Amino acid sequence: MIAAKEVLTWPDERLRQVCAPVTEFGDALRSFVADMEAVMRSGPAAVGIAAPQVGCLRRVVIVDASARKGRNHGRLVLVNPEIVSWDGSVKEREGCLSVPDMTGNVVRAQNIAIECVDEYGRPQSYEMSHFEARVVQHELDHLDGLLFLDRVVSRRSDLFKRSPEAK
Amino acid sequence: MGSWHMLTLVGRDRPGIVAKVSQVLYESGCLLGEASMLHLGGNFTIMLMVGMNGDSAELAGSLKGLADELGLRIHLDPAEGAFHEHPEPNICVTIGGADRAGIVAQATRCLAACGFNILNLESAVAGSAERPLYVLHIEGQCPLDAEAIERHLIQYGLSDLDVSVHPMETMIA
Repeated sequence: MIAAKEVLTWPDERLRQVCAPVTEFGDALRSFVADMEAVMRSGPAAVGIAAPQVGCLRRVVIVDASARKGRNHGRLVLVNPEIVSWDGSVKEREGCLSVPDMTGNVVRAQNIAIECVDEYGRPQSYEMSHFEARVVQHELDHLDGLLFLDRVVSRRSDLFKRSPEAK
Repeated sequence: MGSWHMLTLVGRDRPGIVAKVSQVLYESGCLLGEASMLHLGGNFTIMLMVGMNGDSAELAGSLKGLADELGLRIHLDPAEGAFHEHPEPNICVTIGGADRAGIVAQATRCLAACGFNILNLESAVAGSAERPLYVLHIEGQCPLDAEAIERHLIQYGLSDLDVSVHPMETMIA
């Protein structure tokens, strides 16, 4: 693992890479996670960070929705995470540590279930909804080289959106 | 960048307006800032921040030639401009229903009384000629919470319409 020092910003090409799964669960991984969390907490009030944002192309994210209202799991380290089910859709505003000074409306699943391992390699699973689910989906996008900019929707298009029943 | 100007444009929509306007600006050495470009009721509209080092009169002459060619009305006015000025809205308001006169005036007067600063306002007229519908979507900053704003709007004479007010939270991750 490389050392996590600072947040990379778009258009750094490392933010556009698909990250590889973690296969080693030793002290180096946990040291990296600690460094990455320090970077996350040193900046604006961020609620998550993904390894490629600090230049490490591995499937590791940290999320922490504990400062927000609503049910959440607090601080979590998600290694090799996968969304195994989802439903609903919600549009909310997002920004990104790696795209400073820019926000946009993004549609995400309202509820998700994920499977992953923790920083010790122990299997974990979580069911999440609303804000926490949004954070995790944003971070998992980073692991596949996607930014919220790739998913921004026009505000105006919502006004003209026809319901599925409309003829 | 020497100075900022606000370019406003309106005209009958047709393909190529943005390409031709931006080419003139590029050839004049301008830097483009933030822009809003929309199709509104059959017209195409542009509001565009333009930064320039050169002579605005010379640019205005080039734009006039283009306006005459494409049948557009274009204005170029000095404006204060800056990057990194992105206030985040914390409240969104949606009001809609059967169209009638006065919806925007009533809603925005009430919001102003609530201390609501509008950052974005978009509206659409839909339905049919016999039964027109109006939808108004507003995002902005307000010290009152969503429930209080919604209560004020309904009490302010908008009870014949669907009024929904929601907090907006920007997630940074």
